[in-house]
Amino acid sequence: MSGNHPGLSNTFIHSGEKFEWSKENLQSIKKIISRYPSERKQSAVMPLLYLAQEQNDNWISIECIETIAETLSMPKIRVTEVASFYSMYNTQPVGKNLIQVCRTSPCWLRGSNKITDTICKETKCQINETSEDNLFTVVEVECLGACSNGPMIQINNDFYEDLDETSTKQIIDNIKNDLPNKVGSQKGRRSSENA
Amino acid sequence: MSEENLINIKINHKDLQVDKNLTVMQACEIAGEEIPRFCYHDKLSIAGNCRMCLVEIEKAPKLASSCTMPLMDGMSIITNSEKVKAGRKGVMEFLLINHPLDCPICDQGGECDLQDQAMYYGFDKSRYSENKRAVENKNMGPLVNTIMTRCIHCTRCVRFATEVAGVPEIGMLGRGENAEITTYLEKSITSELSGNVIDLCPVGALTSKPYQFKARPWELKRTDSIDIFDSVGSNIRIDSRAQEILRVTPRVNESINEEWITDKVRFNYDGYYQQRIDKPYIKKSSKLEPSSWSDAIKILKSKLKNSNPLALVGEHTDLETGFAIQKFMSHFGKDNIECRTDNQSILPILDSYRFNTPIVNIEDADLVILCGTNPKIESPIINHKIFKSYNSGAEVFNIGDDILLNYPTHYLGESLSELNNDLLKKHLKKATNPILIIGSGFLNQLNSNDTIKSLFSFASKNKIISDGKNNLNFLSPYASRVGQLLLGNTSPDNCQPYTKLKKKSFDTILSFGSEHIADSAFKESFKVYFGHHGDEGAMSADIVLPTPLYTEKNGIFINIEGRPQEAKKCHNPIGEAKEEWKILKELSNQLSLNFEINTFDELRQDLSHNYPNLVNFHEIIISSNKYEDQSNISFEGSSCIYPIQNFYMSDIISKNSKTMAKCVEDILSKPLLEKSA
Repeated sequence: MSGNHPGLSNTFIHSGEKFEWSKENLQSIKKIISRYPSERKQSAVMPLLYLAQEQNDNWISIECIETIAETLSMPKIRVTEVASFYSMYNTQPVGKNLIQVCRTSPCWLRGSNKITDTICKETKCQINETSEDNLFTVVEVECLGACSNGPMIQINNDFYEDLDETSTKQIIDNIKNDLPNKVGSQKGRRSSENA
Repeated sequence: MSEENLINIKINHKDLQVDKNLTVMQACEIAGEEIPRFCYHDKLSIAGNCRMCLVEIEKAPKLASSCTMPLMDGMSIITNSEKVKAGRKGVMEFLLINHPLDCPICDQGGECDLQDQAMYYGFDKSRYSENKRAVENKNMGPLVNTIMTRCIHCTRCVRFATEVAGVPEIGMLGRGENAEITTYLEKSITSELSGNVIDLCPVGALTSKPYQFKARPWELKRTDSIDIFDSVGSNIRIDSRAQEILRVTPRVNESINEEWITDKVRFNYDGYYQQRIDKPYIKKSSKLEPSSWSDAIKILKSKLKNSNPLALVGEHTDLETGFAIQKFMSHFGKDNIECRTDNQSILPILDSYRFNTPIVNIEDADLVILCGTNPKIESPIINHKIFKSYNSGAEVFNIGDDILLNYPTHYLGESLSELNNDLLKKHLKKATNPILIIGSGFLNQLNSNDTIKSLFSFASKNKIISDGKNNLNFLSPYASRVGQLLLGNTSPDNCQPYTKLKKKSFDTILSFGSEHIADSAFKESFKVYFGHHGDEGAMSADIVLPTPLYTEKNGIFINIEGRPQEAKKCHNPIGEAKEEWKILKELSNQLSLNFEINTFDELRQDLSHNYPNLVNFHEIIISSNKYEDQSNISFEGSSCIYPIQNFYMSDIISKNSKTMAKCVEDILSKPLLEKSA
């Protein structure tokens, strides 16, 4: 393992580009802020961090922090604290596809180590690294809550379950070739019904 | 305390009646039980994250943290059982897991909360065989040194920055083992009170940069003194070793500075020893040359014979010196002493040149009007009190320049006549306890007394002055000002006294630490500079006489609210410096003038005989004359020029401090508070 999980780093970096909310996000922000009393609009910091991350290629730059602080009129350090606390806000840039491999006991018992090895081999990057073509970042995570369908991985917003080495390789290959992937169980199970 | 607020509790099986709004820890303190703590602090919000203050509460299954636990009727609290001790020992063991054992090289050693409490609750061996974590040190500016591996995450510094200093710049990043205290992007803290995090830190994570590796607490001699670098008179403690001051820390005084002091007085002490005037100098062919006291006095004697001298009183002059000057100058005529070299306008009553609201009451205000003052720079302690009142809902209005403070203000405009602003009127109508602060920014520019009279009328019409309370405040940034004015060391011209002064009519100018001696109007006069630091004033003088600094003699200063306090002597004067009254005594003897004082005690006795209310320490002077006249309200449209632009270099001593120079470079050269911060 080398480096740190991009969501667990306490160092923030400049992206070098100005961060401005997209039109759609501005509208969602309005809606989100309206959920809270006007003097407590800082409460919206978490959804806003999520929106910013989505808009900013899946990571939070200093520019994002500053824009959020301005939008919610709160101190920048307070936004920084929240962003650094939660591991799902990436404080470092990540590849186009953030692959999170579950390594907690149930998945591990069902062979998550092999899945990890396959992914590292196929993407040509180690844990916590980004591939040279910036297509993948591989990280290990704790339980993602799909234990009965282990071993499993999450790529960006989607779960891929009931994996084995072949299906994992297929998923990675599809991404490389820009082909669609089947989300969920790779064995044809519906949700977590009995296998 | 009303009866209904009292509840019965037991602490260590002893019955006790206390206020029901207290926490368990506060009740234990009333009962005299000492509770160990790291994160809890009287002046900060309650965090409850160090867990050191565990106590046993009967019928509760687990130990409870006493700082966060509210009291309940009938509660039985036990603070000294084996269970409590074991619990605290456990907490201590966890705290020490990642704490380096570097007490021998730690500046906090000997006065460290963690070290002290580990004596009671620590184990002598570690059961932890894994690697300790190490944290990179963070930049917090030129004043605060960080050794973050020592940090125990009590978050006192975070809460201080947010709640007291009003600059939310410090935070805790990450969580669990990755938690780290840092400033935003490791920038320097921009507060004038930032040094106080050093005292707050219960371990050695935040220590003083200038004091690093200088001394151990048990080597230091403690002297109680007061801050003379602004007019509030914060209580300080000076720690010195032999002839050198090594650090300055606050003393608690709830009616003035609570337990905070400004960075200026805390860190400018290296300037005390730079550019000092160590012996008398005499100008020979436009060059100052070292000389002896006897020569200097001889020349002075011949110059002062049949002369018409003028005395200028500086901003750091204590009461006794002022009194001695008065005694000496009375032999030469009247109206020949001036302390208002900045042209401060006054009426001949105490109420017109002091801060009439007791400093402790500022936080009760529900409306604050700042006129020509930047409290953040001129008086950070008062600024903190205004910040407190803002936090409890007060609106702050500002007239003068649109200055940036650490709380939002309603900016009304440039001219004093904005006091009649409609928005302000509307708020004044609703306010029950408004306070008005007039700063030197306007006071020094006024051309007629009518404006000050108008201010009094305005104040009484707007509930600022009403039944017994007077919230019309005049803020001068200089420590000596109120005292010297009470002594009457000023000309009777109440507006523009210095401009109106007939400077050409005096042939000899005696400057007691006033840099105004270098003014071009005195070009023709014979100039004598009594002072401790060589700068423009000394350079322009014909004779320079060394005098001690406030830390090298005893002296009374009256703070801005009119409270006499004593600055005590910490070590002997540097070089051949002599106290001013001794020099004046010597001169009087030479000139066969009457100066019957022989010792400092006699001088102070004479002072207290002539001005009994000025030596009543720690009591605010009660003003005997009230302003009654109800004149028409008219404000002149003078411009606003703030007396101090640069907090870190506002006086001759700070100008000579390397630490202050670093602050200017590091903090002021970068944009100050950014609006969104």
